[in-house]
Amino acid sequence: MNILVCVKRVPLTGGKIVLTDDARAISTRHLGFTISPHEECGAEEAVRLVEQHGGSSTVLTVGPPEAEEQLRDVMAIGVDRAVHLVTDDEEWDPQATAAAIVDAIREVPEPYDLFLFGNESADAGNYQVPIRVAHALGLPCVTGVKGIAVSDGQLRCEQEVEGGRDIYELSMPAVITVKEGLNLPRYPSVPGRLRAKRKPVEDSTPPRRQPRLEMVRLHLPAGSGKQVEVLGHGPEAAPAVVGILRELGLV
Amino acid sequence: MVLVLVESLDDELSRQALTLAASLDDAVHAVSGVGEYAPAGWGRSLLEVIEELSPSAVLAPGTDRGNEVLAHVAAMLDLPMAANCVAISPGDPAAVTRIRWGGSLFEDATVHGSPLLLTVAPHAVAAEPVEVAQLRELEAAGGDGMVRVIEHVPASTAGVSLAEADVVVSGGRGVGSAEGFGVIEELADLLRGAVGCSRAVTSAGWRPHTDQVGQTGTKVAPEIYIACGISGATQHLAGCKGAKKLLAINPDGEASILASADYAVIGDLHEIVPAISAEIRKARGA
Amino acid sequence: MTPRAESSKETAPSGRGVPPSQRVVVIGAGIVGNSVAYHLCRLGQTDVTLLDKGPLPNPGGSTGHASNFIFPVDHSKEMTLLTLESMRQYKDRGVFIESGGIEIARTEERMQEFTRRMASACSWGIEPVSLLHPEQVSELVPFIDQRLIRGGFYTPGAGVVDSLRAATMMREEAANDGLTVAANTEVLGIDVEGGRVRRVRTTRGDIETEHVVIACGAWSPRLAAMAGASIPLTPMVHQMIDIGPAPRFANAKGMIEYPIVRDMDTNMYERQEGTNLEIGSYAHRPIALDADEIPSIEEAALTPTELPFTQADFDPQMEIALELMPEIVGDETVGVKYAINGVLSVTYDGMPLLGETAEVPGLWSAAAIWIKEGPGAGKTIAELMVHHESEIDAYESNIARAYACQRTKAHIRARASEGFNKMYGIVHPSEQWESDRGVRLAPFFERERALEAVFFEAAGWERPHWYASNAPLLEEYGERVARREAEWESRWWSPIINAEHLAMRDRAAMIDLTAFAIFDIVGPAALDVAQHVAMRQVNVAIGRVVYTPLLTPSGGFKQDLTIMRLADDHFRVVTGGAYGMSDLKWLQAHLPPDGSAQIHDQTNAWCTLGLWGPRARDILSSLTDDDVSHEGFPFARCRWIEVDSLQVLASRISYVGDLGWELYVPIEQGARLWDVIAEAGAPHGIVPAGIGVYGTTGRLEKCYRAYGFELEADYNVVEAGMAWGKVKDEDFVGKEAHVRHREEEPAALLCALTVDDHTSSAGIKRYMLGGEPILTSDGDPVVDRRGRRSYVTSAGAGPSLGKHILMAYLPPQYAVVGEQLSVQYMGERYQVSVQTNDSTPVFDPENARVRS
Repeated sequence: MNILVCVKRVPLTGGKIVLTDDARAISTRHLGFTISPHEECGAEEAVRLVEQHGGSSTVLTVGPPEAEEQLRDVMAIGVDRAVHLVTDDEEWDPQATAAAIVDAIREVPEPYDLFLFGNESADAGNYQVPIRVAHALGLPCVTGVKGIAVSDGQLRCEQEVEGGRDIYELSMPAVITVKEGLNLPRYPSVPGRLRAKRKPVEDSTPPRRQPRLEMVRLHLPAGSGKQVEVLGHGPEAAPAVVGILRELGLV
Repeated sequence: MVLVLVESLDDELSRQALTLAASLDDAVHAVSGVGEYAPAGWGRSLLEVIEELSPSAVLAPGTDRGNEVLAHVAAMLDLPMAANCVAISPGDPAAVTRIRWGGSLFEDATVHGSPLLLTVAPHAVAAEPVEVAQLRELEAAGGDGMVRVIEHVPASTAGVSLAEADVVVSGGRGVGSAEGFGVIEELADLLRGAVGCSRAVTSAGWRPHTDQVGQTGTKVAPEIYIACGISGATQHLAGCKGAKKLLAINPDGEASILASADYAVIGDLHEIVPAISAEIRKARGA
Repeated sequence: MTPRAESSKETAPSGRGVPPSQRVVVIGAGIVGNSVAYHLCRLGQTDVTLLDKGPLPNPGGSTGHASNFIFPVDHSKEMTLLTLESMRQYKDRGVFIESGGIEIARTEERMQEFTRRMASACSWGIEPVSLLHPEQVSELVPFIDQRLIRGGFYTPGAGVVDSLRAATMMREEAANDGLTVAANTEVLGIDVEGGRVRRVRTTRGDIETEHVVIACGAWSPRLAAMAGASIPLTPMVHQMIDIGPAPRFANAKGMIEYPIVRDMDTNMYERQEGTNLEIGSYAHRPIALDADEIPSIEEAALTPTELPFTQADFDPQMEIALELMPEIVGDETVGVKYAINGVLSVTYDGMPLLGETAEVPGLWSAAAIWIKEGPGAGKTIAELMVHHESEIDAYESNIARAYACQRTKAHIRARASEGFNKMYGIVHPSEQWESDRGVRLAPFFERERALEAVFFEAAGWERPHWYASNAPLLEEYGERVARREAEWESRWWSPIINAEHLAMRDRAAMIDLTAFAIFDIVGPAALDVAQHVAMRQVNVAIGRVVYTPLLTPSGGFKQDLTIMRLADDHFRVVTGGAYGMSDLKWLQAHLPPDGSAQIHDQTNAWCTLGLWGPRARDILSSLTDDDVSHEGFPFARCRWIEVDSLQVLASRISYVGDLGWELYVPIEQGARLWDVIAEAGAPHGIVPAGIGVYGTTGRLEKCYRAYGFELEADYNVVEAGMAWGKVKDEDFVGKEAHVRHREEEPAALLCALTVDDHTSSAGIKRYMLGGEPILTSDGDPVVDRRGRRSYVTSAGAGPSLGKHILMAYLPPQYAVVGEQLSVQYMGERYQVSVQTNDSTPVFDPENARVRS
């Protein structure tokens, strides 16, 4: 089976987010970049499914030239090749992103059987790109998946819901968005890293559609205004803690 | 008029979405899905209602299902959709404020298109009583490519669910090992709460991902969240900011988690947590 | 009360202030700051606060991510001593795991370098060490591909430390003794008043203080700038990754089972810890950053000094590691679990920055120190603060050494970048820097360049080491000039040096000495200051030149230099360029507080041209009407004379053992001086000669001692054979110790030796370059009663004698003229004989030439 996994380059933030002077992005002067944990699980799943069922895997991103780093990271754990839809530094809105992905998919001579996305991106969290892609391609879509089984071209997907798991069955090709917990992604091996350097990345520069969900500026939430009350140091503070629990009616 | 997709009229997050909807227009209509969940099917059904009622805006709670169904509608209408909004001012374009990074950051954005499609971030507004003009039901029609839930498997675990627990005792990298969670489990049991953990812990394989609290794990809303040896990365705080109170137990007197905490105990969790358990037993024994 | 509660009581927690006043404030709670604080307490200084802007125990500096391994053997004696002291402290605290370490060679040149490492290990007393065959390396590190290597240098005593644990233990012990600790306390400013440090302003309040120690690693330049001082280092990136879990390590019994591997020729290391293998590199492109570019604790994804890994820079290193250790690194199941661009501190010359800053009294630097030197450096700084001298004579690390031109960001970056990839390099003792050259040019420079001078750098100055235009002298002197057959000894060397030397001995030579540092001590108390710092009597007639040691309080050498008395209240100090700024700092520290004496740095105002050789007087007298006869201008006198149209301060002394003068003129008149001397000298066969003659051949034939080689604080005047004359009545620094040294039997005596046979087993003549161990004729190390090993302090040709001369301190039983010993060089032993055991020169022992 041929699998496409889609990822997005995002900064790896620390305990405090700092914005750029124009407040349109996070200042990444000191930051590295990564992809969402959901997407890491998507990539891992793609590799595992190809290991089990044969075929090949491709990673796709819509992002700036530097996003090649994330494509290599994903290829380092075993994805075979990459498609890079190169953008300028501005983030694209979900419709533009989905359209670029759809256009790229339509150009692939050998069709994909499965499209894996993260449930939502780590940064924007728009919750819609995969669904738009599914509609454009006329494919079924299940989101928030934490378990995938494949047999005879059929997918059985598990979704975690309140009180248990919902099960979906659908036939491929299909669009699946996954959540962290689907699997425990592997670390890339050194040979994997080195192979990733030589794997093919197909670049193209799609036209940018006029954004319809248009970011104006970012701002940080006001501080909680909380003043932490230090109950004490070491085990001697235990009675004070129990006092708090008692106030809350928990003891 | 505005249309709101609700879980039910009593559902807390749905009521929050209704409250925000009411601020846009006096006439609030609601729709609710029936039968087995079928995201695209419900979306199509909602689309029919939209075509019939021509609302100026369609809202849904920013839950998995709310976001999903509305995204299907947006895709079918080729309209923009703003997920997880905390404020809206209608207009053309409409201006919204929505959350990014699981709530660590806000975005002011404009939405070009009508009807306005958006979901409401959980707990962004306090629910108020809203007069709902009409509650309609959505039902998924069958058909090709319409996925639906075919089976529901109830959770096998007998314990308290993390998302629902009144007390969450959570451990981070500072716990040091899988075995180290013994003291955390003990305290959680005593308080009839659930055990949580940070992403560092699941990555290390000390706890299953189902215990992970955070932006990509479970979002919790207990009476008290006891964070033991957790430094407080934004991704983790995104999962526990629904907690009413946060107690941090940390050797570092100014770990970033303390900025979000109500209470703190400074020191080694492996000494402090057992001492708290012992104190609780003492209190109960007395 | 439990120790934990005790230490937490001492810690200023959130919201609480800092003490309003403290004798010492130490900023930075990494291994260095904790060690400084601990050693201050140990020396009775408990009125100390230790601050860090970060949390404890890991405030986020370089200590927190350091690789923590220690290889003790280094060619630098000072670095080795700091490392050995640090290892001792780590071991005392039980945080040292002796894993052993193997440096591996992929080339024959590296194997030869390992013989030098064997020699350095012997010189500094590090045993055991051994050279390994590839199979032996494989036995110790079975996952290495032995086909790639030629052999190894094995240090069983190498190991891995827990530096954070050591730092914590030091802090907790010191806190029990009264140290105040304030974590999460950021320094906002360091106030200087009345020319001294007065106050540290922090986020928790101000602390009035007398001393501030900056132990902030890569942040140090930023802190120093708050007080208007500079700490000339640059943060640089060192890449490392952790991979695991490796199946082979799954059953490792302890944390560290295998020796650390340093893959020297690829600038990399690999070491096992637990089930992981850590791979680090100094091979990637040098990545320097500003101290201001280090992120804050809150902004950093990991800690501030663990920057995002840049994979592309590390790709070639992964290939290398994969090739070397395929079983571990090539295992598809072994994952890259951690990868960082770690920040560390690098200086322009590779040495740490220790001591009181040149700019601000009371402001101390304990920076550019790595894990392997941390505790030793902490102890050294504490001793310097309390006793004004330290057990380990860390003069090469003295922060005061840096000249202004060495403190610029561009210079530091250029040199740090150049040095970065030499971290594991085979560095020749005379190796020259390539980057940022030509920053200090003598007025003679254009003339020297026209004469095809080969320039070496000294304190930023471009100094001719020899002149290629003197090549015809090789023909003139023929067989008398020994050629060097081995490439190593011919590197950074030319036989022309020896030919220039012979021409000087026969006729005359002119030598550029502009790199001298020159200080004028003036004012009513000038004599008192000079008298206080100088061991010899300087209350001499105006126009006398005094050559004198400056001593440390313990009677070791702080420096040796000359002092000219130019007036009752005017003394001119002339010292070598290398430590000129350290000397200036030392002199300034001894000025009276009332301003009755001042020091003016004249270094950049005067240039110096040396004129020496039997024809020197003929040449000078042809240019002047002043009396320059032996009677009219005796030895050790200085005087203003007119040379052609120039006013010249002529000083009749010599460091090369021939008749002649140092001629001083204002720097703008230097070119003219050069021209008139060259022109007047031409009929007498004058040659320009380089520092190869001045610093090595001329000096060694006369057995003149050099600071930094023979003369160090660890040796005293009696041992150095310089205790001639009586001790002056006046008080001076180190007097009490010096008097004691004169009364006791010296533990060693400085001797001159010559090599009896240079021929190696391969039939090639080999010439030692310095630093080699002296052994008995049976090959045993020579150790004096104070435990000091004998090693070659200086080595060089004596062209007039046709001998290779070595200087070394020998215990009295070996310091006997005619005694036969041996020296270990490049893995072989060569027989040497003691020629002199006092200050008697091996050439012209009567000093007839100087006094002619």
